[in-house]
Amino acid sequence: MSRNFVSMNVNPCKMCMAMGASLAFKGIEGAMLLMHGSQGCSTYIRRHISTHYDEPVDIASSSLNEKDTIHGGAKNLKHGLKNVISLYDPKVIGVLTTCLTETIGEDTAAIVDDFKKKHGIRDIDIIPVATPGYGGSHYEGYYAAVREMVRYYAGPAETHEGVNIITGWMTPAEVRELKRILALLEIDAAILPDISDTLDEPYSGAYHMIPAGGTKAADIAAMAGARATIEFGLNVPPALSPGAWLEQNYGVPLHRLPLPVGLKNTDAFLATLCNIAGCELPKELKDERGRLMDAMIDSHKYNAEGRAALFGDPETVYAAAALCLENGIDPVIVATGTKNDSFTKEVRELTGFPPKAHVLADTDFETIQTLVREEGVNLLIGHSDGKFVEEKEGVPLIRIGFPVHDRVGAQRQMHIGYMGTALLLDRTANALIQAKHSGFRQELFDTFYRKTEARGA
Amino acid sequence: MKPLWVSDIEVLFAAVWRAKQDFLYRKRGDRPERGIKMSATLKERDSFILYNDKSERGLACNQSSVSGAVSQRACVYCGARVVLNPVADAVHIVHGPIGCASYTWDIRGSLSSGPELYRNSYSTDLGEQDIIFGGEDKLKAAIDEAVKTLDPSVIFVYATCVVGIIGDDIGGICRAAEKQYGIRVIPVSSSGFAGTKTSGYKAACDAMMELMGEPESDSERDPLTFNYLGDFNLAGELWILKNYFDEIGIDVIATISGDGRCEDLKRAKGAAHNIIQCAGSMHYLASKMEARYAIPYTQVSFFGLDDTIESLEEIARLTGSDAVMERVQRLVARKTAEVEPVLDRYRQRLSGKTAAIYVGGGFKAISLIKQFNSLGIKTVMVGTQTGRPSEYETIKFLSDMGTVILDDANPSELKHFITEKGADILVGGVKERPLAFKLGVAFIDHNHERKHPLAGFEGAVNFAKEVDLTVNSPVWDMAREGF
Repeated sequence: MSRNFVSMNVNPCKMCMAMGASLAFKGIEGAMLLMHGSQGCSTYIRRHISTHYDEPVDIASSSLNEKDTIHGGAKNLKHGLKNVISLYDPKVIGVLTTCLTETIGEDTAAIVDDFKKKHGIRDIDIIPVATPGYGGSHYEGYYAAVREMVRYYAGPAETHEGVNIITGWMTPAEVRELKRILALLEIDAAILPDISDTLDEPYSGAYHMIPAGGTKAADIAAMAGARATIEFGLNVPPALSPGAWLEQNYGVPLHRLPLPVGLKNTDAFLATLCNIAGCELPKELKDERGRLMDAMIDSHKYNAEGRAALFGDPETVYAAAALCLENGIDPVIVATGTKNDSFTKEVRELTGFPPKAHVLADTDFETIQTLVREEGVNLLIGHSDGKFVEEKEGVPLIRIGFPVHDRVGAQRQMHIGYMGTALLLDRTANALIQAKHSGFRQELFDTFYRKTEARGA
Repeated sequence: MKPLWVSDIEVLFAAVWRAKQDFLYRKRGDRPERGIKMSATLKERDSFILYNDKSERGLACNQSSVSGAVSQRACVYCGARVVLNPVADAVHIVHGPIGCASYTWDIRGSLSSGPELYRNSYSTDLGEQDIIFGGEDKLKAAIDEAVKTLDPSVIFVYATCVVGIIGDDIGGICRAAEKQYGIRVIPVSSSGFAGTKTSGYKAACDAMMELMGEPESDSERDPLTFNYLGDFNLAGELWILKNYFDEIGIDVIATISGDGRCEDLKRAKGAAHNIIQCAGSMHYLASKMEARYAIPYTQVSFFGLDDTIESLEEIARLTGSDAVMERVQRLVARKTAEVEPVLDRYRQRLSGKTAAIYVGGGFKAISLIKQFNSLGIKTVMVGTQTGRPSEYETIKFLSDMGTVILDDANPSELKHFITEKGADILVGGVKERPLAFKLGVAFIDHNHERKHPLAGFEGAVNFAKEVDLTVNSPVWDMAREGF
């Protein structure tokens, strides 16, 4: 059993499908979102995304009410699309379904087609994605949306030297780092989705209702002609994998990789890139690797005292587990709220993974908190919802992944590649150093001083 | 059947026409061929927006959001959850798929002085199979497990969108569980689509009425007993006010719902008066309690010095006790002497600035206009998500000619009017913050997530301090100057 409570999920460690799909669409050039359902879904999702990135996040809703629900929401959806176009002038509209519209059986695709015909719309791509809240977590929603985008745009394309990269759970700063690495290797890549500018917009004094940047439709369209796809999504179910779709339909070889966090995961990513493109690792990256190795050695004694609980989406958690293992941090609890078939197996197959550690999919924070207490965990690594465990158990939380809404700077966190990994290691080691330094005087006094005194007397 | 060549010509003609339209579109920047015009505001939103001309014309409000307009509102469930969840010793079970429970887990700043059950988010986490076969068994099992593991005296069961559709009989399940376990298990009719956020407030109030139960035989009520409605103890605001209440000698039976307790709610019907802070959510409960338990209610506000003083005096009048009034006057004199010099310093730094307001309820907006006024700040835009007609009238009365008043505004309108009016400060919720910052406008967090109290004398100082630290920050000079 992956949860203490059998019939309830207590303190969820996952979000809904529409959340993931929204994140994905935010990385498409000129994209706006409309959620087909009741008003609250869009508002909750906006609040979560907005506080994570500290950016305005506009998501429209078809705002269904009771009457619309009985008669079907087609009228509302069409009306909503019209208003979104009026206010936002988007190039792309992602239409996401919700619990409500999926349950009443709305044919969203047909409604969208009808709308496009009626208004003679040819220059706006309206892409419906089925994202019922009960159909999976934000993890599945994300890949489902990316896959729909690929299916929408990608068609027979001329072969080219470029590589497709499905970014997965990266921050804007990490996507920028990814681009830097690709530039160093002189590799052309279609990066999907690309949130580097859209969710980390430079200040200009203006509020752009759709910020500049994002993956261009033309780049997605050309994906079928690429040399290969690299998908950061080790645990993506094949039916939701955009890379698998490109492979099945256009024979684009798929390389499914863990997020390039940690030395070995970054090695694997760069090796894959170099294999595909036939390039050599430039000195700059070799130096960065050397510096990471140096950092790992510098901090290995601190990290060796770490007993960590990891939680979040399957990709972030898997990468964090790999990082812990190669640095001597004991990954005592490795957990995701997402129900995922491969996660447990993949984590357990990591080199040197301790058989006694708890690996949990489809779990909740109530369970994680209990284990944290029982196992004497001294380091939490995961998203902000771990703050409750941090507060109750007094264990420091290194905030990574999504969402981080109780700290600033989530958009700037950079933990991929050799440089990013070193920055993350600094955070883990410093948290352990901080705990030790702030407590060692009292601890040593309590452990030894009184005993000596007692003997003396 | 037309000859082939006719349709060919049609196709050709259509292609030429399209090319011409596309050319025009590029040239003019609009898109005439769609028949959809670009604009900063939608025509159908016109009646929800007005420039204050001090005329009789009212503002449209209390209606469903316009589809596609990007309303800042949430849903029925959200309304119910924010109002009911602060009842700290109840188990709050959300019956539905995971999202609703996930997005509302412990995100609000409602504090408890004791039990913390309410800080957990319990969900039946419905999956695809449950949607097909119904979620009743799961809910029954969840209630069983909650009773056995958590031993609560009250369980609230929130309905979400899907359970309204798949037809789970939540009411029946709750009644059966009450019988089986001898505790209160109360359904909350909060299906997301069944109304607006305001309907959710009502659903929460109905659930609390259910807990309060039947009226008791008329006994003498102590005129010094009150219930305090519509304070959610954000950042301990309720505790600040309870200190005042203690000092002036009135007895608060139930605080609804901040730092709330199930037993207090059950005793609430014995109070002599109800005083309401957040009218948007609690006016309904107060009028229900008046009808059922004959408890009269009075609107108060503890935001800003003037409102706080006025409200304390009003409470004293309600008790009919000179002793209470005397204690109020002493408290007011002491506190005013403490905070006035501090506020004066802020006044000098803030006078002449202009503010825009976009908040949840009308009453909060009214308090804010007064607070800004007292700091020498003019309000140039006021909007709310769920304001009522009478509140918009008061807003018109309080604000200057030309002030923009909005109901259920969206980012596009906020951007448009904040810019048009050249506001220096926006006060709003979490979603409005980045919008203000992008425009280079200072921002005040007046939302449920804040960690600093804004009520009472202490809150008035905090408010002035917050306005000062944002609007007078050095970052704006650099933002304006550029490179």
